[in-house]
Amino acid sequence: MSAVRAQVLADLRERISSIEGEGAKKAGCLPFGVAELDAILPGGGLANGALHEFAGGGSGTVDGAAAALFVAGIAARSNGPVVWCLTRPDLFFPALAQVGLDSSRVIFVESDKEEDVAANMEEALSYGGLGAVVGELVRLPMVVSRRLQLVAERSGSIALAVRRWRRQTEANDFGQPTASTTRWRVSVLPSQALPVPGIGRPQWFLELMRSRAGECAEFYVGACDDKGRIHLSSGSGHGQDQAGRSRYSR
Amino acid sequence: MPAAKAQAIFRGLMLVDANPAADAMALDRLGFWALGHYSPIVAVDGIDGLVLDTEGADHLQGGEQPMITGIVNMFRARKLTARVAIAETWGAAHACVRAIKRDTVIVPRGEIVRAVEKLPISLLRLPEKVVADLRVLGFQSIGELSNTPRAPLALRFGPEVGRRLDQMFGRMSEPIDPIRTADLVEVSRSFQEPIGAAETINKYVGRLVVQLVSELEKRGLGARRTDLIVHKVDNTIQAIRAGTAKPARDIAWLTKLFRDRTEKIEPGFGIEKLTLVSVSAEPLPQEQKVSSLIEEENADITPLIDVFANRGQRVYRVAPFASDVPERSVQRVSAVADEAQEGWASHWRRPVRLFSRPEQIQAIAMMPDYPPATITWRGKRHRVKRADGPERIFGEWWMRPNELEAVRDYFVIENDDGERFWIFRSGDGLDPETGSHKWFMHGIFA
Repeated sequence: MSAVRAQVLADLRERISSIEGEGAKKAGCLPFGVAELDAILPGGGLANGALHEFAGGGSGTVDGAAAALFVAGIAARSNGPVVWCLTRPDLFFPALAQVGLDSSRVIFVESDKEEDVAANMEEALSYGGLGAVVGELVRLPMVVSRRLQLVAERSGSIALAVRRWRRQTEANDFGQPTASTTRWRVSVLPSQALPVPGIGRPQWFLELMRSRAGECAEFYVGACDDKGRIHLSSGSGHGQDQAGRSRYSR
Repeated sequence: MPAAKAQAIFRGLMLVDANPAADAMALDRLGFWALGHYSPIVAVDGIDGLVLDTEGADHLQGGEQPMITGIVNMFRARKLTARVAIAETWGAAHACVRAIKRDTVIVPRGEIVRAVEKLPISLLRLPEKVVADLRVLGFQSIGELSNTPRAPLALRFGPEVGRRLDQMFGRMSEPIDPIRTADLVEVSRSFQEPIGAAETINKYVGRLVVQLVSELEKRGLGARRTDLIVHKVDNTIQAIRAGTAKPARDIAWLTKLFRDRTEKIEPGFGIEKLTLVSVSAEPLPQEQKVSSLIEEENADITPLIDVFANRGQRVYRVAPFASDVPERSVQRVSAVADEAQEGWASHWRRPVRLFSRPEQIQAIAMMPDYPPATITWRGKRHRVKRADGPERIFGEWWMRPNELEAVRDYFVIENDDGERFWIFRSGDGLDPETGSHKWFMHGIFA
């Protein structure tokens, strides 16, 4: 009975994925290496050949520091060159090198106009063979995000959009629908307590706000280590809170 | 000034006979150099100048201003003085460059009249006799001449005066006849009927690229700079230049670079000839690729870098630079540069965002080496809950003498919400020689 059922389910999955397109099937995914996180993501990790969106919470909406570091950690665990498109060149690379992203892997493409960032991302995605394509964007309208998502699906490269606004009040733009596969919000939390005065390992509040064909979730994690890996923080008094909405949600 | 008079004024004046033939040859060589570096359309202008049509080519040098500043600096490095002017017409640029006292000038679009009206008529490229006769009649500036009725002038001096004025103000076209060297790899295609549609242009550009690549292959060269020169029916020339970061002989790669920008071509009444020239080529030998079973080869992304660079985006990589001062520890290198060996010393935490200019903050702190208790940044107060530091960074007196005493004490601080900042105090907290003891915000941690 169960074997038949499994057979039917597998068959159905196959048919659905053939409807979705070929790209989604063969691209695979990039696991976080954290069992709880990978379990909640369809496919067991961050899907390749898809657009993923990251934003900061609170004042991180303007500086985008935590989101950029989280993305750098993901890019560090990918394989191949990374293209990083931006308009404001205030990234300090030694911090990115500390999460395992090698400076020889990253090519920065700096443009004067915001629209060029999306165009550059699209160009890099369609080129293929890249480990990750990162773009720091203010606006990500539906049309642009769909284009990026489709190009990513076709070439199998992973597209990571770091949303970064000019003012904190503009950040409610993040509620607008986009075609991205997952949408994350990374907010800073007080660091892990140390027995001595000083700052311990930074901690983040990680919200998976949208996941196509998956559930949303929230995690308390320790920031990327020198290999770009995050880990679930334990014993810090913040349990997982599936039911409640985050304090940054409206 | 006669030589005898000059010798009377300056003692030990060295006199060298003028050698116009050698000057002309040197100018020709400069022209070929400019052809390879700056623009597809270069011609010698008079006896002492070059004229370049840089439209569609300046982005490879980072824009018009960086390009002409670069040219001036290139000459200065060889102890030569050059003046560069950019204007919409050859005539206006010719006049402006010979009139300016500065090194460079850019005449904005539509401002030719204002730029040249005060200039003397000797800059109008007229025969000397005509200029002298015009002076006798009382004409001093180009503005005066252009405001005079044409008919009497034409009757007395012939059509030349009116023609030069029209060329200067852009009322009459003046195509530049570009110089060419024998060793340029050039393919062209003339059309029986003028073409204009984008698809047709694309088709023929594709065919020309195939021809060019086979020519390059015969000579064992790879193109670094390639120009597409469009000859239009109305005897005007438009050029598009594409650069590559490495010598290239790949059909798809080169075609992509031009297809990207076919929309920039204005066919006007139609195109009668397309020419594809590789103005700068480097040896590119054929090499054997070893296929490997185990190692996954990383894709060569130089074509992608070229696409970005030809669109006018800044493409670069960063590399470590041996300096303790944070803003100097990162340098931008070319996107195709060799990999750097050493990395950043990573014992200390570094912020993700670094401000290009540290922002002054108000801080309440115990001197000399305690972190602040509170800071006020951009009008917002942050209570410091935890802190790390100080990390002391000394000025680099061996690079900048005025940093001999300078000291910065960096602290990592965390506020109640968990936001982490990188702040520093200028000075060591005791000695006023080392800094102003003001506090600055320099970066934001994740």
